[in-house]
Amino acid sequence: MSINATLIGQMITFTLLVWFTMKYVWPPIIAALEERKTKIAEGLAAAEKGQEEIRLAEKKAKSVLKEAKEQSAEIVSAAQKRANQLVEEAKEQAKKEGERLLEAAKAQIEQEMLHAKESLRKEVSSLALRAAEQILKEEIDKAKHQDIISKAAEQLG
Amino acid sequence: MASEGGATGYIVHHLTPLSVGEGFWKLHLDTLFFSVFLGGLFILFFKSVAERATSGVPGLAQNIAEMLVEFVDTQVKDSFHGRSALIAPLALTIFCWVFLWNAMDMLPVDLLPMIGSLMGMEYMRVVPSTDLNGTFALSISVFFLIFFYSIKVKGLAGFAHEMTCTPFGPKMMPFNLLLKTVEELAKPISLGLRLFGNLYAGELVFILIALLPPIVQPLLGFPWAVFHILVITLQAFIFMVLTIVYLSLACEDH
Repeated sequence: MSINATLIGQMITFTLLVWFTMKYVWPPIIAALEERKTKIAEGLAAAEKGQEEIRLAEKKAKSVLKEAKEQSAEIVSAAQKRANQLVEEAKEQAKKEGERLLEAAKAQIEQEMLHAKESLRKEVSSLALRAAEQILKEEIDKAKHQDIISKAAEQLG
Repeated sequence: MASEGGATGYIVHHLTPLSVGEGFWKLHLDTLFFSVFLGGLFILFFKSVAERATSGVPGLAQNIAEMLVEFVDTQVKDSFHGRSALIAPLALTIFCWVFLWNAMDMLPVDLLPMIGSLMGMEYMRVVPSTDLNGTFALSISVFFLIFFYSIKVKGLAGFAHEMTCTPFGPKMMPFNLLLKTVEELAKPISLGLRLFGNLYAGELVFILIALLPPIVQPLLGFPWAVFHILVITLQAFIFMVLTIVYLSLACEDH
């Protein structure tokens, strides 16, 4: 139980152990721990950043989708409007064409009628002239009575 | 395993160290051998981990070493407010070394002495912390460090002032000096005696249990061993924490 030189031996051993630990054991392990700490912190930060980016991308995708939907709706409504317009135009044109045709037909009919009247008058006047010729025979000089005949023909018209 | 001399002889035999030399120059070979051997284990393990230490995924050995290092580092950061490259490695060495010393207590009391006696060694005491030389070697080294740090941080004059003028002012100088000297000396003595006392008593109880009839031995030996798992860890922890606290006090400037 006595204190003796063992004490000195133990102290030397202890000093060597502490020196060795201080020099070769502690620094690398602490360095590794610190490095891992940084790595983990970096990883966590990167993960957070990634998540933030995903959120942004989702937001962007949503807005793009919304825009596209709006655009397509716009296009559809414009097309519908145009179609309606086309139909209206066609209707208008058809109506005009119909009216024009009708007008032309009426004009033709009028002309035909005038023509017929003219030719009928001529026919009638010549007929009347011949009949008067027949009746009067020599009594009427064609040149003398030209006035009267034409007046009569006019009255027939 | 009671040899000649009955129970008393057995106990005395177990507590006698294997030694060479006489008087002060007597060397306890078993204490020296086992503490160097355990220190070597500690160094080998930690050195191999330190060499392969990666910041990537750690292996089992690195995990264990990192757990210990972080545990010690936390204790140091909690108690020691200065910056020192020595304190933390010192604390780690103390904790691991003392724990390994104490852990020798868990081996069956007769195992190593029996192997030793087969190899011709008459005595063998396997737990270095049951040797006052072992525990005092640690605590006196710590005492020197306290002394060194006190002077380094406060300067020689500051240290002298603290020794003579506190706590009662310059008028009570001799009394202060006496009080502070006792206080400073009490640190290594209590540190060394606490560890020694606990482990010596524990070992003694193991030896006493070994004297009982074989049927009764496990009934007492098992609970005592389980209890001792706590004691050996706790004593190593206390030694380490007190070392940190003493050194932190030494580094504190008033």
